[in-house]
Amino acid sequence: MQQLKSVDVAIAGGGFVGLTLAKEITARTSLSVVVLERGRPRKTSDYSTGMDELDYALRFRMMQNPAEETATHRHSSRASAVPIRQYGSFNPGTGVGGAGEHWGAISYRFYPEHFKLATFLREKHGSRLPEGIAVQDWGFGYDEIEPYYWRVEQMLGVGGKAGNLQGKRIDGGNVFEGPRSREYPNPPHKMPYAPLVFERAARELGYHPYPIPTATLSRAYANPDGVSRPGCAYCGFCSRYGCMIGAKAQPTNILMPLLQKRKNFTLRTGCNVRRIVHQDGRAIGLSYFDASGQEILQPADIVIVASWTLNNSRLLLLSKLGEPYDPATGKGTVGKNLTHQVNQATRIFFDKPLNAFMGAGGLGMGISDFDGKEGVDAFPGVLRGGNIRLMSTGEGQVASFGAIPPGEAKSDWGSEWKKAALNWHDHAASISTEAEHLAYRQNYIDLDPVYTDKFGDPLARLTLDWTDHERAQGAMLTQIHAQIAKAMNAKSGGANSRLLERYTVTQYQSTHINGGAIMGASPDASVVNPWLQHWQAQNLWVVGGSAFPQNGSGNPTLTILALTFRAADALIDRYVKRPGALA
Amino acid sequence: MKRREFIALPAKTLGGVLLYTLAREPMRVQAQTGQVRIPLRFFTAAEARVIEAACERIFPSDESGPGAKEAGVVVFIDRQLAGPYGKDKYRYTKPPFVDSVPEHGYQGKATPREIYREGIQKLGNFAELSPDQRDQRLRSIENTQFFRLLRQHTVEGMFSDPMHGGNAGLIGWQLIGYPGPLMSYRDEIDKFHGLPFRRKPVSLAQASGRPVTGWEEEKD
Repeated sequence: MQQLKSVDVAIAGGGFVGLTLAKEITARTSLSVVVLERGRPRKTSDYSTGMDELDYALRFRMMQNPAEETATHRHSSRASAVPIRQYGSFNPGTGVGGAGEHWGAISYRFYPEHFKLATFLREKHGSRLPEGIAVQDWGFGYDEIEPYYWRVEQMLGVGGKAGNLQGKRIDGGNVFEGPRSREYPNPPHKMPYAPLVFERAARELGYHPYPIPTATLSRAYANPDGVSRPGCAYCGFCSRYGCMIGAKAQPTNILMPLLQKRKNFTLRTGCNVRRIVHQDGRAIGLSYFDASGQEILQPADIVIVASWTLNNSRLLLLSKLGEPYDPATGKGTVGKNLTHQVNQATRIFFDKPLNAFMGAGGLGMGISDFDGKEGVDAFPGVLRGGNIRLMSTGEGQVASFGAIPPGEAKSDWGSEWKKAALNWHDHAASISTEAEHLAYRQNYIDLDPVYTDKFGDPLARLTLDWTDHERAQGAMLTQIHAQIAKAMNAKSGGANSRLLERYTVTQYQSTHINGGAIMGASPDASVVNPWLQHWQAQNLWVVGGSAFPQNGSGNPTLTILALTFRAADALIDRYVKRPGALA
Repeated sequence: MKRREFIALPAKTLGGVLLYTLAREPMRVQAQTGQVRIPLRFFTAAEARVIEAACERIFPSDESGPGAKEAGVVVFIDRQLAGPYGKDKYRYTKPPFVDSVPEHGYQGKATPREIYREGIQKLGNFAELSPDQRDQRLRSIENTQFFRLLRQHTVEGMFSDPMHGGNAGLIGWQLIGYPGPLMSYRDEIDKFHGLPFRRKPVSLAQASGRPVTGWEEEKD
């Protein structure tokens, strides 16, 4: 193995997290930073010829290629796992910017009590909590992450309307959210037709609709780093695509322009990190295969693992760092508390055309009257809720063709079907939901004993299934979907509740897989401390959605980046000055 | 090297004579009789005729408008199968191949190319059958992976950008009133509330003013 000259900081992963850390470290210190990214370089101008549904939304051109690396899945530890051979219930990214290039840019904060969920649920339900629940506190409170949320919202340029400004409830925003220190940096977007019909109906029913906060700009904006971007053009090529004008916040438009000017920053693409090399409880560096297949060791004083959720845990497991989690004994920490999100959608049909090809990732209206702790007490068996929303995200013409009300055609091909599909085309939308996914003892990540990646290393194995709690959450939320659909005078096509019978890898749900290298207040129950520093190897930081002890209902990127900024502050302001365990 | 195979398609599939009003009404102007020969990359001419006939039953040309045949869907499928997708370059294909529950999706070893070759065999003398007989035969294979792919690819070939070989003359997009990948709806997003925004469609190459190629053209 070729050994390179040592650097101060080596980061595995050139996505949102790795590049945000690199931005902070190189701006505020003179430390040398090397980022190792397995994929290719990318830039905004690459995207103008990428407005193609087939290659990008249906063939996943920007995602990690499953032929090279995927994960395996099984429903319980009694079953044997099979590979997720093609996407997929989630879409991991690759290349500079990672999934931060093709995200939908929806930017919710998590609810205050979510950060102390174990304490909250224990106090509320005591011993009546269902078997197997493994939720944990994050190790800090909402008041500590609020300033970081605000920093991320400014960096991304999030647009929305505050519903709780320093404790004051404001109609028109999400009145159930935690207190914000400031109004959003940008106003909400202009709204297309369907979300407005949803808003009116929700208000008539006594709910509290609000514009979904999003990091596609609602107007031209310069962030505190001095990066200027134009307002969104609603072209509809958003989630699963890179934004060709840079209105959507992406690492290539808000981070790379800064980093490219910094002398203490190096980005190496085509470099696939395989191991965290460590000795005597200390990380020595990262070993990787470069684009030519050569194995290289990059030594560093500080090592940061900032790849996508599953790869963070997998790297720790492959590197034999920490004790793998064992669901039979409850011992070990690496891989525990794997969570996804509870996704449900109800197809509804309008008698008017929607122009649904226009839109943006997070463009729409939502309610949170049955989200977090709100509204759930009337529904036996439901501990935590989820959002309900109607968005115009930019429908693909292939994906949306064939949405017809039930009973209109006997088959899904042939003349009768074609006629109905043409008749209803551009008349369908979805009321959808993402609900909190609690952590359970039986849901976890380990290494697959059979299947390997292109280098011959074991794939991550997901053991994951739904429980009655998620089914009860789904039933509650889809009941509200139906109520709103009725108030909208829209024909309902019913909900996809079958999705919650068993975890399904073939149907896209969200890329919000989290957990596995979780944070917490104790080394017995978590992999990293509340600043995302590894409990044992103190010069190692594991940053990303992997740190979530359980999953919130909102899209997780804003929270991931808030944790990233919090980790950056701890590392720069405290660790670099006095290396050692933070407390 | 194998002999080049072609499929002959009516010239109108290459655009020009079949017109649509912006309210999606098909307007048949003087049917054209000329034929265009398109070189095939994967199928033999006989195979292409079977696939073309099957796609035509899935998305027929009928009183509700033109279908898979006019859109050149068979050309789209031929290119997809000839490229990396057809060879499973984007699917995890390491063994062991184990049957699993439906929630794990297709776990087989066969690539899309192999699935099509086997499917075409099963369709047999399909191109010689009457429309009713063709429907019957397709219904008998509805639950196969081949039919699932064929149906999916037919819709893809109807409504994907013409750079991929289907949606010839933007017939698919005219049929559904889709304007193509326009760069901005800044002035329209909050104005066409419940009103159709329908414009004569443009392809990505036309909208971007730049040459575009599909992923299937990438060398592997």
